[in-house]
Amino acid sequence: MLQETGTEWLSQEVKTGTTIIAVEFDGGVVLGSDSRVSAGASVVNRVMNKLSPLHDKIYCALSGSAADAQTIAEVVHYQLDVHSIEIDEDPQVRSAATLVRNISYKYKEELSAHLIVAGWDRRDGGQVFATLSGLLTRQPFAVGGSGSSHVYGFVDAEFRGGMSKEECQQFVVNTLSLAINRDGSSGGVAYIVSIDEHGTEEKVVLGNDLPTFFDQ
Amino acid sequence: CSSLGTYDLSASTFSPDGRVFQVEYAMKAVENSSTAIAIRCKDGVVFGVEKLVLSKLYEQGSNKRIFNIDRHVGMAVAGLLADARSLSEVARDEASSFRSSYGHDIPLKHLSDRVAMYVHAYTLYSAVRPFGCSFILGSYDKDDGPQLYMVDPSGISHGYWGCAIGKAKQAAKTEIEKLQMKEMTCRELVKEVAKIIYIVHDEVKDKAFELELSWVGEVTNGRHQLIPEEVRQEAEKYAKDSLEEEDDSDEDNM
Repeated sequence: MLQETGTEWLSQEVKTGTTIIAVEFDGGVVLGSDSRVSAGASVVNRVMNKLSPLHDKIYCALSGSAADAQTIAEVVHYQLDVHSIEIDEDPQVRSAATLVRNISYKYKEELSAHLIVAGWDRRDGGQVFATLSGLLTRQPFAVGGSGSSHVYGFVDAEFRGGMSKEECQQFVVNTLSLAINRDGSSGGVAYIVSIDEHGTEEKVVLGNDLPTFFDQ
Repeated sequence: CSSLGTYDLSASTFSPDGRVFQVEYAMKAVENSSTAIAIRCKDGVVFGVEKLVLSKLYEQGSNKRIFNIDRHVGMAVAGLLADARSLSEVARDEASSFRSSYGHDIPLKHLSDRVAMYVHAYTLYSAVRPFGCSFILGSYDKDDGPQLYMVDPSGISHGYWGCAIGKAKQAAKTEIEKLQMKEMTCRELVKEVAKIIYIVHDEVKDKAFELELSWVGEVTNGRHQLIPEEVRQEAEKYAKDSLEEEDDSDEDNM
């Protein structure tokens, strides 16, 4: 059925097919991602952590071209390091998001990546920013990656404001599980990162521990 | 403090006793200028400048010595006004570039550090001269509160609760130290700032002057603005009345 000579994957761009999500709650944020990296029809990494730290309490979720997304995250991580020393305090989430957006917009013709930036700072608490195509917008929650289109209905129906941290974590894990079920380019395990004023917590939910739905 | 021999010709030369005379001469230029003060209080910062009017033919309000740097920062200057204008443009570019890169207002300490670094650079080379001006930066932010920084021609910047530059800075500092600024509001402080400028103004040596007043604080929602007309009139009246009282009490002593 699939007519491949077997070496196409060597020359096809490595994409983090992906489902990513970030949700704000009163006092922090929860970020989530799947772990599949594909090159064409091949899974080249089934356990990649797509939640990348930009600073102690600011993370970003990577999607699109793996190389482009990682490089943007690394550059902004460096820029925030310098910036936080210059201003002598922890950077604002808005600053991190602006730095990501500035790169995404300036090089929008050359790059193919979408990063969701989320974190906590002392001024505005938990914040989620979308930077798709070089825009910058703050949202109560954001989803991205190829898997996100399968779950827009779910997140739009199920999201409520005023959720607790634990309810947000459950919401994130449910969303990822549904997207992984339907999207061929998303799979593997779920990585969850929770950030609030007390610190950052990283968690992995293995494949067989993900919530199941009608078909399982 | 007279210079020895040839040690004062360029900023790239130290004197045998470790001084850079060009920087000290630049500070002299500031001392010859009329006074500017700024005071930080509970909920904002108030600026006051004694702007000497050298000719009746000048349009009123020309050659302002208080500048806006971004929406939330004010800058009052003393010294060579052209040098100060150039630095206000530098400060504006820094604030603008920060906003472009990081998406929010520049923190005042950071702005002060950046402009001070720029001023300092001009004290290192013989090809240029140091800037002949000092300036005071002030801002208000609902999270960080009021902030006040002063930069001098050597490129040093300090944070202050109250600060004075120019010819009467000693007299002004004495008056400022009498105030309990940490417990005052901007509205109360405007009157005191106006009074201090009137007190330190030398009626004999310098004739006419315009009082430039501005503030930034909770009262202006964090925007730096010239003081509104009714507030300024009330402040100037308070200042003039206080001076008359002191004159009267002097007569009684005789």
